Amino acid sequence: MSDLAAQRTTTVRPAPGPALQPVASPARAVTVERLNAWYGDQHSVKDLTLSFAPNRATALIGPSGSGKSTVVRCVNRMHEEIPGARASGRVLLDDTDVYGDGVDVVAVRRAIGMVFQKPNPFPTMSIFDNVAAGLRLTARKVSHDQVESALRGAGLWEEVKDRLAKPGIGLSGGQQQRLCIARALAVEPDVLLMDEPASALDPISTLKIEELVQELKSRVTIAIVTHNMQQAARVADQTAFMLDGELVEVGPTEKIFTNPDDSRTEEYVTGKFG
Amino acid sequence: MSSVAFAPVSARRRRTDKLARASVALLTGVALVPLALILYYLVKQGIGAISLDFFTTDPTGSFLGDPGGIKSAILGTVLMVGLAAAVAVPVGVGVAVWLVEFGRASKLAHAVRYFIDVMTGVPSIVFGLFVYITLVIGGAGGSSFAAWKGSTALALLMLPIVTRSAEVVLLLVPDALREAAYALGAPRWKVVFRVVLPTALPGIVTGVLLAVARAAGETAPLLFTAAAVNATAFNYNDSMNSLPMLIFKNVGQAQDRLVTIAWGAALTLVAMILMLTLLARLIQRRSRLS
Amino acid sequence: MEAGTITPAGERSSALHRSPAARLPDRALKWGLTALSLGVIVLIAYFFIRLIVESEPVFQQVGVVNYLFSADWVPSKELYGALPLLAGTLITSAIALLLGIPVAVATALFITELAPRRIRGPLTVVVDLLAAVPSVVYGLWGFFFLIPKLKPAEQWLADTFSFVPFVGGTVTGPNYFVAGLILAIMILPIASAISREVISTVPPEHKEAALALGATRWETIRMAVLPYARGGIAGGAMLGLGRAIGETIAVTLVIGNAPVIGDSIFQQGYTLAAVIANEFGEAASNELHRAALIGAGLVLFVLTLGVNGVARAFVVRAERGRRPAGMAA
Repeated sequence: MSDLAAQRTTTVRPAPGPALQPVASPARAVTVERLNAWYGDQHSVKDLTLSFAPNRATALIGPSGSGKSTVVRCVNRMHEEIPGARASGRVLLDDTDVYGDGVDVVAVRRAIGMVFQKPNPFPTMSIFDNVAAGLRLTARKVSHDQVESALRGAGLWEEVKDRLAKPGIGLSGGQQQRLCIARALAVEPDVLLMDEPASALDPISTLKIEELVQELKSRVTIAIVTHNMQQAARVADQTAFMLDGELVEVGPTEKIFTNPDDSRTEEYVTGKFG
Repeated sequence: MSSVAFAPVSARRRRTDKLARASVALLTGVALVPLALILYYLVKQGIGAISLDFFTTDPTGSFLGDPGGIKSAILGTVLMVGLAAAVAVPVGVGVAVWLVEFGRASKLAHAVRYFIDVMTGVPSIVFGLFVYITLVIGGAGGSSFAAWKGSTALALLMLPIVTRSAEVVLLLVPDALREAAYALGAPRWKVVFRVVLPTALPGIVTGVLLAVARAAGETAPLLFTAAAVNATAFNYNDSMNSLPMLIFKNVGQAQDRLVTIAWGAALTLVAMILMLTLLARLIQRRSRLS
Repeated sequence: MEAGTITPAGERSSALHRSPAARLPDRALKWGLTALSLGVIVLIAYFFIRLIVESEPVFQQVGVVNYLFSADWVPSKELYGALPLLAGTLITSAIALLLGIPVAVATALFITELAPRRIRGPLTVVVDLLAAVPSVVYGLWGFFFLIPKLKPAEQWLADTFSFVPFVGGTVTGPNYFVAGLILAIMILPIASAISREVISTVPPEHKEAALALGATRWETIRMAVLPYARGGIAGGAMLGLGRAIGETIAVTLVIGNAPVIGDSIFQQGYTLAAVIANEFGEAASNELHRAALIGAGLVLFVLTLGVNGVARAFVVRAERGRRPAGMAA
C-alpha cells in the first residue's frame, strides 16, 4: 500500500515542499463540469460548472434546497448512495473524471474526504479508533504518530491526548466534529468536502471549526457548504451562490459580498430572501 | 487503475469485498432452499391424496383398507381454533387496551408487559402441560380429554401474540384523535370503543390472523388435552381430531396410505396457514396506521 | 353532557355534574380491564406454582441434583435422570444456533444492505414464510426427506472429520444433527427478522461516514453496521435459542427418542420437550413418571425464561439509546 501512496506523490505532485516546513505539499483542483443531479424526478442540480482552486476554500451558499449539498455530495460520489439518486456530467480531480470508466468509487472517496452536517463518530469506537478507522482499511497497523498528527491537524490533540481510549461519542458536539475532521484528514485526502460542518454546533465550536478551515487550506482543497453568510465571508477565498439548483454567480468572496454582478446574489447576501 | 489520480483500491480489499458480498448473497440463497424443498415435497407427496372424498370423509383408522379422508381433522381444527380465538382475542385486546389507555407506564403495566413477554417465550408443550395439570387430571367438566381443554391451551398460546400486536397498533393511534373526542365531552369508554379501537382495527385483525395461523399449526398443546379421535365431533366436551394431530399420528405409521394422508393433510394445513398469513399481510399493508 | 367532563388521558375523572350511573361504564371498563390484566399475572404465577407442586414427587423421590445430573432415564425401573434430555436439548439448540444464526444474519444483511431495492420486500416475505410452516410439517419433511437424503452426506462428514470430537463413528438415521438442522431452519425467520430490525436502525450517517472514508461496501458493514447492531443480533439469536429449546414436535420426529447421550452429533438422543410429548400418554397412570415429565416441563420453562430474559435485555438495549460498548464496562 505504501508504495502506491509513494507512487501517487511522485507521479502527480511535482515539487514536494522543503522537508522541514510544516506546510504540506500542494493539493489538487476539483472541476465540476455540466453537472446535473436528480433525486427521483426532482432535478436538484442543473447544468452546473464550477472550479475549486487547489489549496483554497470555496464556499457554496444559497437558500435551503438550492442544491449546494448535492453538489459536494456529487464530488465524492456520495450522492449515488441515496436510493433513486443519479447524476450526470463530469467531476475532475486535476485531470481525472471521478465518474470516468474504470474509476473506483472507493478510491475516489479516499482522495476526496468529507465532513458531514451532524458529527458522526462511530459510536462503538474509541477516539483513537475513530481516527484510525480510515487508515485501518489499507494498513495492518496504525501508528500512534499518524493518529496524533491527524488529531493535531484537527486542533483536537491537546484536548483528547489523555483519553484516546475513551469513546468518541463522549466528546462534546464541537469536539466530535473536529474528531470527524481528524478522521477524514488521517487518510491524507487531497480534497475535503464540508457539508455545513458547523450548523449543529454552538458559536464557540463554530469559530474553532472556521479557524481550522483556514489552517487546513495549506494541506487540502476545501469545499464548504454553508447557510451562514458570515461564515462564508470569514473562511472562503471564493464563494459560489446557488439558487434552485443553478449556479448564479461565483467569484472572490469579497466581490460576492460587496459587489456582486447578479441582482439575485445581491438580494440574497443582503438578506432580502433565503 | 485507469487513472493516476487515485491510489487504486488494493486487489486484496477488492477481493475481500466481492467475496464477502458473494457469501452473504449465497447464504441468503441457502436460506431459501428449505422453503422451496418443503413446499415442493408437500405438493409432490400431498397432491395425490387430495380429492373431494379426502375432504368429505372421516379417517377410518384402518391399517389395511381405505384410510378415509380428513374431514374430522379440518372441522376439529376450525372448531378448536375458533373457540380459542373467541377467548384469546377479547382478553388479549382487552389487556392491550388496558396497557395503552390505563396502565401506561405504571408499575403494574410494566409487570403485565413482562408477564406477556414470558408467555410469548413459553414453549407450546408447556402450555399443554399446564392445561393437563389443571383441567385434565381433575377431570374438569366431567371428562378427561376434551376439545375445550385443547382450545384453552391454544388460547394461552395466542394471548400474548394478540396482546403484543394490538398494543403496538393501539400506540400508533394518534393522541390528537383521543383528545378531540374527549374535548367533545365523550366518556372514556366511548372514546375507547368508538374512536381508538375502530382506528386500530386493521392492525388488530392482522395480529389476530397471525395468532390464528400459529395456533392452527400447533400440535404440542393438543397432545394430551384434546387428544384425537377419528370421527367428526361437535361436542366441545369430547375429544376432537385436528390436522396437526392427524399428521403427527400418521407419520409413525408403517402404512404408505396413511403417510400419504399425512402429506395431504399437511398440504391442506399449510395452504390454510399461508392464506391466513398472506391475508394478514394484505390487511396490514392496507392499514394507514403502520 | 357538560363540558366539565373532559378527562385528561391517564387519570380518573371526577366530573362535576355526572351522576354515578353515568360514570359506571367508565369505571366498569377501567376496573374490568385492570382485573383482566392482573389475571394474566396471576395465571402465569399460578402456572409456575402448579408446575412445581405437580413435579414435586419426583424431586422428593430422586432428588433435584440426581434428577438433573444422573444419566439414567428408565421409567420402567423408576429411574429418572434427566441429563440425557437436558444434554439433547442443549446439543440440538447449539447446532441450531451454529447453523442458523450466520445464515439469518446474512439474509438480514443482504435484505437491508446489499439486495436491489425491488427484491427486498418479496425476499422478506419469503423468509418470513418459513415461520408459517407448522412444526409438525417440518417434522414430516424431516422424517421422510431429510433423514434418508442426508444420511450419506452425514456418513461422509463423520468419516472425513472423524478426528474432530463428537463427529466420527456410526451415523444413525435420526440424530442430533438432523434435529439441529431442522431447528436452525425453524429459528431462521425470528433471528433474521430481529437482525433486520436492528440493522435497519443503524443511522445512515454512520454508514456515510465509513463510505466517505473510502470503505468498500463490506468494510462499511464491518465498520459501521455490525458493531452497531451486534447487541440486537445477539438478542435475536437468544430469542431463536428460546424457540429451539422449546420446540417439540419437529424434534421428536427426527431425533430418535433414545434416552442416552450419544457419542457423536450423528447419533440418536432425546430432548426435554420430546420426552414430554412421547411419554405423557403412558405416564397418565404412574404418578412418579408423570411428575418426572412435569419436572422436565419445569426445567424447560425455567430455561426458556432465562434465555428469553437475556434476549429481551439485549434487544431492548439495542433498540433504545446507543451506549458505546466501552462505556458500560
